[in-house]
Amino acid sequence: MHRRTWMQSLVLAVVLAFGLSACAKSEPPKPPAPAPAPVAKPEPLKVGFIYVGPVADAGWTYAHDLGRKALEAKFGDKVKTTFIESVKEGPDAERVIRDLVAQGNKVIFATSFGFGDSMEKVAKDHPEVFFEHATGYKTAPNLRNYEGRFYEDSYLAGVMAGMMTKSNVIGFVGSFPIPEVLRNINAYTLGARSVNPKVKTKVVWISTWVDPPKEAEAAQSLINQGADVLLQNTDSTAVLQTAEKNGKYAFGWDSDMSAFAPKAHLGSCALNWGPYYIKAVTDVLEKTWKVENTKWGIKEGLTEFVKVPDFVPAAAKAKVEEAKAFLVANPGAVFRGPIKDNTGKEVLAAGVVGDDKFKGEMNFYVQGVDGKVPAGK
Amino acid sequence: MNEIALLIAATLAAGTPLALAGLGLLVNERAGVVNLGAEGMMAIAAVTGFAAAFLTGSEWVGFAAGAVAGAAAASIFGWLALWLYTNQYATGLALSLFGAGFSAFVGTGFVGKNLERTAVAGIPGLRDLPFLGPALFRQHALVYLAIAIMAAIAWFFYRTRAGLVLRSVGESPESAHALGYPVRSIRMAAVLAGGALCGVSGAYLSIVYAPMWVEGMIAGRGWIALALTVFATWRPARVLLGAYLFGGVTMLQLHLQGRGVQVPLQFMSMLPYLSTVVVLVLISRDPLWIRLNMPASLGKTFHPGS
Repeated sequence: MHRRTWMQSLVLAVVLAFGLSACAKSEPPKPPAPAPAPVAKPEPLKVGFIYVGPVADAGWTYAHDLGRKALEAKFGDKVKTTFIESVKEGPDAERVIRDLVAQGNKVIFATSFGFGDSMEKVAKDHPEVFFEHATGYKTAPNLRNYEGRFYEDSYLAGVMAGMMTKSNVIGFVGSFPIPEVLRNINAYTLGARSVNPKVKTKVVWISTWVDPPKEAEAAQSLINQGADVLLQNTDSTAVLQTAEKNGKYAFGWDSDMSAFAPKAHLGSCALNWGPYYIKAVTDVLEKTWKVENTKWGIKEGLTEFVKVPDFVPAAAKAKVEEAKAFLVANPGAVFRGPIKDNTGKEVLAAGVVGDDKFKGEMNFYVQGVDGKVPAGK
Repeated sequence: MNEIALLIAATLAAGTPLALAGLGLLVNERAGVVNLGAEGMMAIAAVTGFAAAFLTGSEWVGFAAGAVAGAAAASIFGWLALWLYTNQYATGLALSLFGAGFSAFVGTGFVGKNLERTAVAGIPGLRDLPFLGPALFRQHALVYLAIAIMAAIAWFFYRTRAGLVLRSVGESPESAHALGYPVRSIRMAAVLAGGALCGVSGAYLSIVYAPMWVEGMIAGRGWIALALTVFATWRPARVLLGAYLFGGVTMLQLHLQGRGVQVPLQFMSMLPYLSTVVVLVLISRDPLWIRLNMPASLGKTFHPGS
């Protein structure tokens, strides 16, 4: 799930008001291939994307746009993609989606949770168009969802953190205390304690998705309190850069951020949407599209733990590889019993793997995390 | 003990951008002009400063570019409010909104770019003192510069003739006008100086503190700086102390969270504004205090010849 803060919404409103932005951009047409014979070429399948942020955000939207490019690379002139960036969640999204449909797009990908209601409305009016909603939950005969098991990446980062920490204190900069984020914190902690049971996780919440100065402050406060490996689910590179400044370690989030902190970067929890976009369009082209709730992770290659640097000792790399192999063999099995929360209460019995309900309603810290989940948004 | 030293250090770093912007706005306001465009000026300066630092590789070029950009944005405000007699509050708000959108628009090419990091040297000799070294003497040069700027402004206001003229323009522009002072030009100069300091503040955020550019990154710090001038009852030293206080509250809140202490997040984020309201209530109970400090013509349009 991904939302804009009100500040960003305000900014976007202003940008729109000044008529400076949010114009549809199409990739320039490819030079026509020298056709051997004047055979009538089939019309390309038009595919539209709406993004919640700018494609240059080095994170969430950037990763989706890489997926769109992978789709183009795969199908060449059989598809024609269009994207609209920085679309505000809420009613305005509906107008943008209707516009994409009016332009003849037959598949629409909406890449943020808050586009759900708009997708549902437009899907009802256009049964001939296929609608795909990232991180959503609503379905219709022509509307389905896709999502990553992001917590698998957090688990691998945790394993790495558990191997690399010297202080046995690791830190997490959180946005909002919602189940998605708690899954990441808990997976990070479970991963770390799977290789180093002495690890404690400290969590700091900053109540925003993007505020680089605030992210830096939160990271600094964790470092000041002894944390030496940090993970975040906020959108910027500030946490990583703060770790670099302090000679500590951290991870990239959403995309490969290794360039921002050559000494601090222990790996990036990257998202690779390309395979899913290719699958979805293949489904449409081959008329095998059916309503599903796709959740892909390490096994399918949607979530990836990438760019582990050379300075990481072989033992740590081996542990991460081992965990990766485990998750490939047991998708989603990060949350497998016995798991206790940090008050000592058992939340998952031995041998049980947490189901969607367990993960979807997570509102506790696992053993090893300091503090209490704040009452939040 | 070490953690306290680090908390103090983080407080100084967090308070500095607020102090720089707050001091700039103080200069405007002492000349009788309220510029609510701080947020927008800081955003424009943050992207300009970041771009300049990115392209030249020098953070000081970036700060200078930020100052120029802040002053340029302020000049639009000044021209509208001082020469076209638009309402200062409405014009400032418009500048804030415009700056947010404009900076996002021109900054798209700089999102996700990485600056070369220059190591922070601190003050040689003092930086290795126990406790005091890590607490006070390992900061970026702008942290110390902000303190020097505060001292310079205080000296200018209370020890120089030009400072007296500036304050008199804020108190009674009619009298200053009658004495032959060019009220609008003086106010314009104050607005430009304010914009330049807000600009340095924005550039510090994007070049040193974050360090990156992304739209919306000022995230309300301009408004806190505006609140600070009121909180400080328009005194330079109090602006600086207030900035450190707000910075300290922010950092303390994060430290407490890390220690597992429950603090309502929303309460902490409203604290700077709440404290401003409290101060306003307190000082309005003492008319003398207001009369002594608040520029009497603050926010009022001045028509020469009327």
